[in-house]
Amino acid sequence: MNAAFLYALVGVGLFCIGLYALIVHAHLLRKILALNIMGSGVFLVLVALAKRTGNAIPDPVPHAMVITGIVVAVSATALALFLMLKVAAETGRAELPEERGE
Amino acid sequence: MNWDEWVPLLVIASSLLTGLFIFGLAEEKVRLRTVLNLLGAVTKLGLVGWMFWGGYHGHYFETRLPLLPDLDLVLRAGPLALLFVALSSVLWLLTTIYAIGYLEGSPHRSRFFGFFSLCVTATVGVALAGNLITFLLFYELLTLSTYPLIVHRGTEEARRAGQSYLIYTLCGGSLLLLGTVWLYTLTGTLEFTPQGFIHGLGEEHHVALVAIFILLIAGLGVKAALVPLHGWLPQAMVAPAPVSALLHAVAVVKAGAFGIVRVVYDVFGVERAAVLGLTGPLAAVATVSIIYGSLRALFQDDLKRRLAFSTVSQVSYIVLGVAIAGPIATVGGLVHLVHQGLMKITLFFCAGNLAETLGVHKISEMDGVGRRMPWTMAAFTVGSFGMIGAPPVAGFISKWYLGLGALEAGQGWVILVLAGSSLLNAAYFLPILHRAWFRPPPDAWPHEHDFGDKETAWALLLPPVITALLAVGAGLLATAAFSPLEWAQLIARREFYQP
Amino acid sequence: MGDALFNIPWAVILILLPLVGGMTCFLWPKVAKTLGLFTSSVIVLSVVGLAWKMIGNGIYRHAVGGWSSPLGIELYADGLSLLMLAMAALVGLAISLYSTAYFEQSLSLRFWPLWLFLLAALNALFLSADIFNLYVTLELIGLAAVALTALSGGRDALSGAMRYLLATLLGSLAYLFGVVLLYHGFGSVDIAILAQRVEATPIVWAALGLMSAGLVLKTALFPLHFWLPPAHASAPAPVSAVLSALVVKASFYILLRLWLDIFGPLGAEGVADLLGLLGAAAVLWGSLQALRQTRLKLLIAYSTVAQIGYLFLAFPLAVGDGVAAWSAAAYLALSHALAKAAMFLVAGNLLRFGGHDRIADLDRVVERLPITVTAFALAGVSIMGLPPSGGFIGKWLLLEAALVQGRWDLVVVMMVGGLMAAGYIFKVLGYAFTQADAPHESRPVPLSMEWAALLLAIAAILVGLMATEILPLVGIGDPFGTGGVKP
Repeated sequence: MNAAFLYALVGVGLFCIGLYALIVHAHLLRKILALNIMGSGVFLVLVALAKRTGNAIPDPVPHAMVITGIVVAVSATALALFLMLKVAAETGRAELPEERGE
Repeated sequence: MNWDEWVPLLVIASSLLTGLFIFGLAEEKVRLRTVLNLLGAVTKLGLVGWMFWGGYHGHYFETRLPLLPDLDLVLRAGPLALLFVALSSVLWLLTTIYAIGYLEGSPHRSRFFGFFSLCVTATVGVALAGNLITFLLFYELLTLSTYPLIVHRGTEEARRAGQSYLIYTLCGGSLLLLGTVWLYTLTGTLEFTPQGFIHGLGEEHHVALVAIFILLIAGLGVKAALVPLHGWLPQAMVAPAPVSALLHAVAVVKAGAFGIVRVVYDVFGVERAAVLGLTGPLAAVATVSIIYGSLRALFQDDLKRRLAFSTVSQVSYIVLGVAIAGPIATVGGLVHLVHQGLMKITLFFCAGNLAETLGVHKISEMDGVGRRMPWTMAAFTVGSFGMIGAPPVAGFISKWYLGLGALEAGQGWVILVLAGSSLLNAAYFLPILHRAWFRPPPDAWPHEHDFGDKETAWALLLPPVITALLAVGAGLLATAAFSPLEWAQLIARREFYQP
Repeated sequence: MGDALFNIPWAVILILLPLVGGMTCFLWPKVAKTLGLFTSSVIVLSVVGLAWKMIGNGIYRHAVGGWSSPLGIELYADGLSLLMLAMAALVGLAISLYSTAYFEQSLSLRFWPLWLFLLAALNALFLSADIFNLYVTLELIGLAAVALTALSGGRDALSGAMRYLLATLLGSLAYLFGVVLLYHGFGSVDIAILAQRVEATPIVWAALGLMSAGLVLKTALFPLHFWLPPAHASAPAPVSAVLSALVVKASFYILLRLWLDIFGPLGAEGVADLLGLLGAAAVLWGSLQALRQTRLKLLIAYSTVAQIGYLFLAFPLAVGDGVAAWSAAAYLALSHALAKAAMFLVAGNLLRFGGHDRIADLDRVVERLPITVTAFALAGVSIMGLPPSGGFIGKWLLLEAALVQGRWDLVVVMMVGGLMAAGYIFKVLGYAFTQADAPHESRPVPLSMEWAALLLAIAAILVGLMATEILPLVGIGDPFGTGGVKP
């Protein structure tokens, strides 16, 4: 239980670090990486909590959820990277342009 | 639904379907459009006549459609509804003829007549509404269908007049909605009932009832052009004359006044309204509108604007009659609904004739116009005398009953208001008549259209003459069987004397 | 025969058909338009079939592959799900009709697969019965929506799509974290089971906070609405319609479900009041911004921000009277979807016609495109909440609930919001009637595009006259009453 709890805490920490990085950094690649780290944090919490049953065999349902989540994260990252390249090609910089004030 | 339940719906449909059809017509199909227009108007008149006959024998046609689980849309051809719907239908027919003549050669007539028909649909719906929610629905529909008529000409000026119109009327509509929902949460019903439907609410709701009354009257007062909510009316004069005629005599302004009548008689009940102390302030507001409208009218040179302020003044007679809270005053107010409609539409038709035939828009340009357009000015004279309250035109009947009713209710000061207002009316109508009949005409009119040896087009001449004759007839034949006066007395009897 | 029809697995069709259709469109672009239109039509029929079955049998349940929860995925539909499915189906059909004419070849072969995937994901979301499935479908919707937004490829579209993607992923992650916490606390992701087991512990509050924050971000509730206007305004017109009408409703639906079944019964009045407050701010801020816009698509996008605010006004009111407030919110969601989609399609028509969407230069477009302007006017009537329209029914129900509970602050917000909506709707209509200074050339607009917009707008009005039929349908399974999802 103790080790699992530590892993969970690390997961929460990763989530927070990722969130901070997402908001603060302007470069799109950093933002995408930040989101990935946040995702990893959540998965870590999920896996750690799978050990909670106290038996030798951990709960398989969270594992299934993590696998699904990883697949989703991969697709999302692929889309994000592709968009980032497109934005960079259009605007010359891999950053979100300032919102047009209307 | 049996056959009886279809009749009110058909009355609505007669102009709704006409309008939708006309929207789809190509611009060049003048004859087809004219035929459709007149067919719709005549059909509606026929159906209204049928409902009238039924109403006279105590059989009131009614349609009910569910809107919400506990609330229906109700159309009911009761006596008060029939009064207004008859006025609307007759005047729609005449205005349609007038508009066909007036807009000869103008662009976008299909669009115009389409919205024109929708406007009358909404008016008839307002008249036939059997509860407050149905009234609200058609009231807002009226706003929406009159807007395109105001901005019809497509100029920047028209757009801004339309914007101002909307600000006033939509704010009014919001107040009306709020009052309606609030009342519904208190009473659980919104059905118009003679002597009101708020009986179950006791003293603990006093503040709420007063607030609701203010909300409802304010919302209705915008369209009824009660001062200080009247600002949109003079600005709406930028619309073509048939629109001004329709707005001032039939549709928008009367819908507002009619709504006030409904609220005082069939929602609150005039006894309860008096007990709550609401009729006094209402009478005061009406009085202010009467005097203010007449005063402003004195200083207008533009003919339509003078008539607009005159409307502000005259429609408040109806509200005054309602607010005096006595049966005779009620008759005066109700019958003025019809009379003012007939007289004012005559005046607007004539103003339109002057503008269309001679390019005359201002009173200062009207010297000697009586020689050039005798029939038009004769009709105008009849209308003016009616406004002043001179017999035998119908306006005299309304003022007589209002005065009598004021005395009977112990509100003698109203006589002063009536007298003062008549004087002011004379002050701003008689000079026009003097100019038209007794001054020599100028060498050339601002923008003359040649109609050969006719005064002007038949379609432009006939309607004002007919409405002028009707105004005289309503006055002379006031005691006849189907006169507006007799009908108004029937309504008043139901409100005051039946349990 | 009737029996066999009765047993068709409508829910499965609703998900599988667009999925397969999307893949087919991808592999075989030539049939894309016809297949897309066909798929949309069958979806509408399937929803009708589902409704028919539910009127007879009540709540609909289907265990995919025969595996029931907690291990399998179960499809579940009650009145609320049905309403959402119907909304998606109707709007979807109109969008499909519109898109057959809107997109030229190169964009078309990319649009149809993505659009059909999005439809499949939407249907799957509305039919989900557990919170993790909701996460997956929500992500699918988000990814498809982002790709659709970026479709036209210009600078604005790409950066709008990028911003949208980052926001939507952040929202999903927050939501997923909440799912994790709930599973850890109660050992299940099934909504019905959670509803029975949940108690007011700190873990639940943390989950509530995270999930609400994530979903509120995805629904673009003020002040987390920043990503919506650029995305919705720069996407192609039919995509904007889908985004404003359907995609934002998906995350709102999840929030509503969670609230009804899991969080609401715990008595989280503070959160309800907060959501109401943000909703009020959204109404006022969004309407104000809409009034200031000079371009039509941005005006419509800000109008979405405002209209979403109305949905959240139901949260504080539901504490007092759940059924009334939630029925109002459901009605508002449905009407808004129809009306807003119509408006964006109108914007697309105007763009196609004049090459621009500047409001002041609409130059008497009422003469040249009467069907389109009528569609805008009718849709506007619903947005303003004027009778007779679905928007009016929703506004009436919400006002009634607020007046009964004495919430005068919400009443004032609703009235002011309605007037401001009238302000920006009639701003557009006024210019549509008025002659502009400089005339410009025009291109023809296909009739299918004009009629798609008009039919949606008419639907928004008709919905206002059918409240006595629709409200009982929404009540199937009593989603708003005694605790929602049944085990």
